[in-house]
Amino acid sequence: MEINKDLIAASSTPIVLAILSEADSYGYAILSRVRELSAGGIEWTDGMLYPVLHRLERLGYVEARWELAESGRRRKYYAITAQGRAQLAEERRQWQAVDAALRGIWQALSQPGAALGPMSAVPLIQPAR
Amino acid sequence: MMSTPSRAISLEDQINKWRTYLRRRQAIHTVDVAELEDHLREQVAGLTGAGLATDEAFLVAVKRMGDLDTLSREFALEHAERLWKQLVVVPSDAAGPESRTQTEALVAFGLAAVAAVAVKVPELFGLQIDRNADIWVRNAMFFVLPLLTGYFVWKRRLHAGVVRWLVAAFVVAAVFANLYTFSEESSNFVLTVLHLPIALWLVVGVAYAGDRWRQVAGRMDFIRFSGELFIYYVLIALGGGVFTAFLLLMFEMIGIKAELFVQQWLIPCGAAGAVLVASWLVEAKQSVIENMAPVLTRLFTPLFAILLVTFLVTLLVTGRGVQIERDMLIAFDGLLVMVLALLLYSISARDPQAPSGIFDVMSVVLVVSALLADAVALWAISARISEFGASPNRVAALGVNAILLVNLGWSAILYTSFLRGRSGFAAVERWQTQYLPVYAVWAAIVVAVFPPLFGYV
Repeated sequence: MEINKDLIAASSTPIVLAILSEADSYGYAILSRVRELSAGGIEWTDGMLYPVLHRLERLGYVEARWELAESGRRRKYYAITAQGRAQLAEERRQWQAVDAALRGIWQALSQPGAALGPMSAVPLIQPAR
Repeated sequence: MMSTPSRAISLEDQINKWRTYLRRRQAIHTVDVAELEDHLREQVAGLTGAGLATDEAFLVAVKRMGDLDTLSREFALEHAERLWKQLVVVPSDAAGPESRTQTEALVAFGLAAVAAVAVKVPELFGLQIDRNADIWVRNAMFFVLPLLTGYFVWKRRLHAGVVRWLVAAFVVAAVFANLYTFSEESSNFVLTVLHLPIALWLVVGVAYAGDRWRQVAGRMDFIRFSGELFIYYVLIALGGGVFTAFLLLMFEMIGIKAELFVQQWLIPCGAAGAVLVASWLVEAKQSVIENMAPVLTRLFTPLFAILLVTFLVTLLVTGRGVQIERDMLIAFDGLLVMVLALLLYSISARDPQAPSGIFDVMSVVLVVSALLADAVALWAISARISEFGASPNRVAALGVNAILLVNLGWSAILYTSFLRGRSGFAAVERWQTQYLPVYAVWAAIVVAVFPPLFGYV
């Protein structure tokens, strides 16, 4: 499935941070995990992951180290930092708000009669922080 | 592995070629190539495991890696400091790089010629440089900086909305530069002449960074640009001095005095035009020469650190008092500016990902010892400050001192927490880039508010 560029850019941070909070990992394994999680629904261009990882490293959300992999090659592993976990929690909060809003509207659209009920409970627009 | 030895060799060959090709991209460093290569090999292994032949697997793996131009642009955006040496972020719709370079040279030299002519325009209206020096000196910046800003407006293709703000800023600056009347010897006049360029330099910065002004990387590039421009300008000035000396000598030999031409034409026009030429050189020649400002910083940071530490130790051991002179505060302002410049240019050339090293420790020592020296000076002067009275000069000097103290103090704290591994280097960078407008705002206050505040003395 083609997912638009802005959406990929916005979602890459929480996805990568979440995968790294499971366990330390490296580029190829992170990509495999993304494919697995989305059942092939999200296809990133492989190379593009690395600038994202380097950005997270610069921001202090992840730490990198070189290790010798079982193949005998040097491999760059990434680990999430405390700051990264805080950021992940924050991203999670934001994504849940967006997700809740979207779910609400999808539901309302699929059953037009019952639109008034659940709508009021859904935070469609979060106040600016 | 299913592959025969000959196939394995051909895979190695292919990966070698791919690696060489990738290494030509300046934005992608060797360590990144190693990281990407590990990925490629893993991908190939995965695909051959799934039943593909090695060469097929290689092709698929390369394809999945993505278009290399797009990839290196992404790396460039993330690692702006690497690319700075070769023209920040290549536009994706590069329509013939050759012709673009030529047009740019033409525009830059055209603007330089305009600046050189503009310097002489006031004379048409009867304003001689030597007779109306005060008006001329106050407005000297307006012959050059609007053109330099225009160059970046053209180069970065800025929107009309931004351009309106830039024009408004220059108009307001021109009004304040000429609004007040004071004599040539008044300290407010000197302060205006000194501070106006600082305020206007921020306007140039907004045009230089364009859409990236709100980003740390954009402002950092502007800091790099400013440092290189200064160095290029000094070099051009040295060359100009040699040229002038020869010109005078040669015409002297045939009995013609060229002094008047040199004073009224060559020096003012050359000085104005050289700003644009130097800017163009910095923009165009980034790839040819290693940046000079960081090199000088590397040389002088240890020297200044040693000087300051020795000074402090001597002060402690001998117990000498600081001589309180009227100009002492200005001297210490100068010292703090120097230390800030050293800090700024070592930050600008630093790879934000690199772990802390001996040079970082040196930088912290430099900043902390400068702060201590300044504190000693401030303490010594504090008792007598009311005695000296609040002249515009002294208030300006104190203000600059406070601004620099805040900057360096917080830098020291951020840098120390980086050295102790508590935070990333990005925080130090962010602090410095966010602080840039403070200098300009202070300079604007000195130009706009000080004269009425202190009675135009």
